[in-house]
Amino acid sequence: MAMITIDEQRCKGCGLCTIACAQKLLVLSDKINNQGYTPARINATDRCTGCALCAEICPDVAIAVFR
Amino acid sequence: MQQVFKRPTSLKDVQTHFCSGCHHGTIHRLVAEAIDKYGVQERTIGVASVGCSVFLYGYFDIDVVEAPHGRASAVATGVKRAKPENFVFTYQGDGDLAAIGTAEIIHAANRGEDITVFFVNNTTYGMTGGQMAPTTLVGQKTSTSPYGRNKAKDGAPVRMAELLAQLEGVAFSARVAVNSPKNLIDAKKQIQKAFQYQVEGKGFSFIEVLSACPTNWGMNPLAANERVGTEMIDYFKLGVFKNL
Ligand SMILES: Cc1ncc(C[n+]2csc(CCOP(=O)(O)OP(=O)(O)O)c2C)c(N)n1
Ligand code: SF4
Ligand code: SF4
Ligand code: SF4
Ligand SMILES: [Mg+2]
Repeated sequence: MAMITIDEQRCKGCGLCTIACAQKLLVLSDKINNQGYTPARINATDRCTGCALCAEICPDVAIAVFR
Repeated sequence: MQQVFKRPTSLKDVQTHFCSGCHHGTIHRLVAEAIDKYGVQERTIGVASVGCSVFLYGYFDIDVVEAPHGRASAVATGVKRAKPENFVFTYQGDGDLAAIGTAEIIHAANRGEDITVFFVNNTTYGMTGGQMAPTTLVGQKTSTSPYGRNKAKDGAPVRMAELLAQLEGVAFSARVAVNSPKNLIDAKKQIQKAFQYQVEGKGFSFIEVLSACPTNWGMNPLAANERVGTEMIDYFKLGVFKNL
């Protein structure tokens, strides 16, 4: 069992997490946050391995990982 | 379930002013993680430089001295000599360290000051609008090299990690990148090693981190990240150049 949370207001929509995730679970959403960016969101939560690579690469420390 | 990845204690829980995809944020986090790992938060003094990382004091939960442009390693020399029991690091950009601050860094390194230097190389003067730096790649267009850096006129980009490794006073010198999970994990290791050198009193440690500046490169964050892994690493090879 693993899961991540994404702080949608902290996220700057850079997309780096989307290329770091080997499972390709992360995408940028269409909505716009308080900063004017489109934050990342996770698809298929159940496939998350909790590897934390998305969180490691995030320049804005917007991702928390639980295992 | 337990939280396996969280914000380091030494990094304040605030939003940064960095542009989307700027690697300064990642590098801040790695430095803060190392401060936590060695348990030195209460006795760490950071020396900030002038550039996009000028707000170091706003992001790190430690004491910070603000140095004039280029002078961070000279200021850190004074801080460390006055307070040898403290952990002292500088955080400097390439415009700061490799241009206006060349004299200060070379002599601090040559004297073997017991400090740790984080050198963030993004091949440009980020804060002031993307002017050419000594680290700008040949052919790279900047606001002051609109036709691209010309090697015959401007010289070749300076490789600081290799250059400083030549000096006897330097105990540790390495170059890392944070553009991919693999490089990032290695960067984390080397940054922690640089800390260990000072914690053990082994002398001057230097870490060059290749960094993206999407804004001044005129690229989106993913393209800028990609450029680090291709053009930049091609010229600025990753590795440990000294490890005494
Ligand atoms: C004495 C002095 N000269 C020039 C400046 C203008 N200035 C501010 S930041 C900067 C360059 C910063 O570039 P870099 O060190 O590479 O940091 P980056 O923003 O790219 O991280 C310059 C020239 C200044 N503040 N002080
Ligand atoms: S923790 Fe790993 S598997 Fe889960 S979303 Fe992040 S990168 Fe993907
Ligand atoms: S890496 Fe961080 S800031 Fe960038 S899109 Fe992903 S969560 Fe957002
Ligand atoms: S201008 Fe460049 S170095 Fe400065 S915050 Fe933006 S991306 Fe980062
Ligand atoms: Mg710079």
